[in-house]
Amino acid sequence: MKKQLIELRINGRSYELASEGNEVLLDTLRRELELTGSKRGCDDSSCGACTVLLDGTPMLSCTMLTVSCEGQEITTVEGVSAEGAMAAIQKAYGDWGGAQCGFCTPGFLMTVKHLLANNPDPSEEEVRQALSSNLCRCTGYSQMYQAIRAAIRAEQNQERAR
Amino acid sequence: MSDFSVIGKSVPMVDAAAKTTGSGKYTDDLSLPGMLYGKILHSPHPHAMIKNIDSSRAESLEGVVAVVVGRDAPLAYGILPVGHDEHALAVDKVRYVGDNVACVAAFDEATAEKALELIDVEYELLPSYFDPEQAMKAERDTIHENKPHNIEKEYHHVFGDPAKGFRECEVVREARFLANEVTHAAIEPHSTLAAFDLDPQSGRLGRLTVWSSTQVPYYLQHKLSLVLEMPMSQIRVIKPLVGGGFGGKSEVIPLEIVAAVAARKAKRPVKITYTREEVFWAHRGRPRTIIDLKTGAKNDGRIVAVQARVVQDGGAYCSYGVVTILYSGALLGALYDIPNIQYDGYRVLTNKPACGAMRGHGTVNVRFAFESQLDEIAADLNLDPAEIRRRNLLQPPSITVNGLRVQSYGLPECIDQVVTRSGWTRRKGRLPRGRGLGLACSHYVSGAANSIIRSDMPHSTVNIKIDRDGGVVVYTGASEIGQGSDTMTAQIAAEVLGCPLSRIKIIAADTDLTPIDIGSYSSRVTFMAGNATLRAAQQVKALIAEAVAKKMGCSREELIFREDSVYRAGCRPDLSASASPNRPRATVAGRVEGQILRGSLQQKRQERETTPESMSLEEAVVTAIDYHGALTGTGAYAPPPDARGGTHKGAGVGPSPAYSYSAQVAEVSVDEDSGEVTTHKVWAAHDCGRALNPVAVEGQVIGSVWMGMGQALSEEMIWKDGLLMNPGLLEYRSPSSVESPQVEAILVESIDPEGPFGAKECSEGALAATIPAIANAIYDAVGIRLHESPFTPERVLAALRAKKELKPLNLTAGIDPTAPSRFREHGGALCYKGKGPKRHELDRMKAR
Repeated sequence: MKKQLIELRINGRSYELASEGNEVLLDTLRRELELTGSKRGCDDSSCGACTVLLDGTPMLSCTMLTVSCEGQEITTVEGVSAEGAMAAIQKAYGDWGGAQCGFCTPGFLMTVKHLLANNPDPSEEEVRQALSSNLCRCTGYSQMYQAIRAAIRAEQNQERAR
Repeated sequence: MSDFSVIGKSVPMVDAAAKTTGSGKYTDDLSLPGMLYGKILHSPHPHAMIKNIDSSRAESLEGVVAVVVGRDAPLAYGILPVGHDEHALAVDKVRYVGDNVACVAAFDEATAEKALELIDVEYELLPSYFDPEQAMKAERDTIHENKPHNIEKEYHHVFGDPAKGFRECEVVREARFLANEVTHAAIEPHSTLAAFDLDPQSGRLGRLTVWSSTQVPYYLQHKLSLVLEMPMSQIRVIKPLVGGGFGGKSEVIPLEIVAAVAARKAKRPVKITYTREEVFWAHRGRPRTIIDLKTGAKNDGRIVAVQARVVQDGGAYCSYGVVTILYSGALLGALYDIPNIQYDGYRVLTNKPACGAMRGHGTVNVRFAFESQLDEIAADLNLDPAEIRRRNLLQPPSITVNGLRVQSYGLPECIDQVVTRSGWTRRKGRLPRGRGLGLACSHYVSGAANSIIRSDMPHSTVNIKIDRDGGVVVYTGASEIGQGSDTMTAQIAAEVLGCPLSRIKIIAADTDLTPIDIGSYSSRVTFMAGNATLRAAQQVKALIAEAVAKKMGCSREELIFREDSVYRAGCRPDLSASASPNRPRATVAGRVEGQILRGSLQQKRQERETTPESMSLEEAVVTAIDYHGALTGTGAYAPPPDARGGTHKGAGVGPSPAYSYSAQVAEVSVDEDSGEVTTHKVWAAHDCGRALNPVAVEGQVIGSVWMGMGQALSEEMIWKDGLLMNPGLLEYRSPSSVESPQVEAILVESIDPEGPFGAKECSEGALAATIPAIANAIYDAVGIRLHESPFTPERVLAALRAKKELKPLNLTAGIDPTAPSRFREHGGALCYKGKGPKRHELDRMKAR
């Protein structure tokens, strides 16, 4: 298939690359750009391990054509931590056992990031609903709720400190 | 004694940042220059001879570098020494839909996939076997030539006098239970990258390095050496981060060998990563199990005798099967005091993907049957389910009738805890209709006392190096798979040496660098690798203490290692910065000016020849290096001989240096119109000996309960003529967050006499109790006793309608999960309407 030249904006940076029309975003991220934080856990949009944000909306990069992502701001897990520090949600996932094997974690973090951006103080029911787009086989999800609570508290404390 | 500085406190995993920022590397995240992608051709037939393979068209496709087939690596292997029945790629015969036939290595994945279609394989169909009880009757065309009647292995154990025991019983229950097949479905699909170095002497392919998603790097190294006919020392296996195992990566999976064989033929690095569907075919999960169980008790609830006949549908290869079928019998013991046990176990071969080890290996399905039947007996005797369990407790320390040594035993407290926390006495049997509580118990080994290769050699070895930079490097073969193995190792080393976790660096699971550890399975890591770490740290601590004691003019016993310092008892230094601004103590930067290069000469001058009473750990390390010349420690662990079990055939499986205990109460509701069961909450009390890292232990317990709930309510591999009908995570029905209950993990610490700081198992044992706890809760809710798992809506509905003597629905016709007799195609679900693979003429005649 003939490649076409496209420009992608990922984590605040611009990349110019040649992409085949049938290439999916996940392969572009992982293979071309070495952004291997986004994972492939299935091939059929079941697991959510490949979740990235497209203009702030969680999307499954395993079933998105790369060429269709031009002109949109793509955020991957690599774009969550800023300036050499773990983001509150990343720290909280570590502290509260939200990540065990860690393979599903990047996808979950993108989902949570979207949830908290739109609803800074969600109820447990809202958290459960939001997380149901991603699958985890280690944690039974329970400790993720604690992590998310802790991250919300940390963010609120930071707000107050400002 | 409970005054610890590092252990017993919740700490984030040492690799938490790598996992949450995406910077950590799993096998599929790795690539090498010139790396090829491998794709495997799988069999479309459940049982067939391979008459011919012609790969010439594939080989000539642009971009294809090599095509490998069975004859490129014809030597057989298998995880168990008694079960060498697998080949990297099928040599003459395929035995299940998905069996490995050929592999293409190409410059990119798309080319490799295209090339697969160009490989021409000529098959000759054979009759195939899917039902284990049918397979056992086979007279010809068996799956393996050397296994008549397709029986991989059978065991017949009698402990005590079961016949006499049953005669003395006042109540006896007997029933058939069926547990359908489940799989690990770790979120990371298996992946392997294999690369050969060029040997500078010969100029040809030399040493092999394999990066793989494995729980057992040393077993992989061993099997690679067997199949590739290379010395083990020429093979290096490195385990990067592993995205979950649950047993599914605890043996050598075909792609691991195939990648190496392909790399050898292609003479370039080859990476193979399974698709999700291939992960389901690779399987090695928990087999479908038929359990014919008979339990007899006295009127007071004391169990007198148990008789179990277990048939496991093991799939096409041995895998861990012999161990699985032995665990099913052996772990009838060591939970309760049962004086008479008869066990007949059959591991049967069928034309389906091989079953192997899965979380709670061998014990789970039998425990479902046992704990369900125990509740039935309790009901017969009008006893509370908690009470009947209390009346059958062991009195440790003791040796069970089947030779298992039990020491620490927190089961009584586990039962008390869940009874109290769940409001059991107040609420059981008194909830509104459709809602119920159920209780069950389980246990599991803290590592097998006998490794699969029986020997007296250590199961774990750990090395520690401390150098003049003050850094403590721990080299361990233990495999972090998400359970927290590396963190546990760091915590134990830090506790012994009295230093913060930041001083510890873990180098793990790399066969060139780390001493042997037989891997992450059977919940052995904390107990065994933990003990080896403890011993290594104690050894290096003794060396430091010897040098420091000499310098301080005191005895070694007087020294305390704590807060990154070494001091004489009673001379705890004031470690606040204002107290000793000039003290050369390690700061956050970890650097002591001048000390590293000049050693104790400089220190002596600074101290003006006074005898110190305390020093920083860094000073102590330099003192010790000065004194000894080098500072390393080694620790090894081998289970004690008296924990290794009896002498009967098959006695090697079941014994463990310690057992974990679990008691659970599940609260469920049953929708009587839809048959849907919802688990609202599970109270899970788990005796883990000592919780070294409570947040991680709770995570393991919650995860086990959750996985048990999945097997109880939704997860099931559904077959049609050997074809898996649901090879996807959604179709397999792995529970999502909205279907997952709140789990309250309650940690019970029985402090095991031999565990590191008293710790034992916490990652598997809780799983087995969840399934019967839910089954018992369903009975409490709506009065149906389900004998077949999972308790899917259609099974629950079938049982409910049968109970009410209503006409069966289209969906439920012919299913009786309260008295199942055999495994049903499509799992008994009539809503599946798939077409199976092409069959042999004899099979088609049978079907008619």
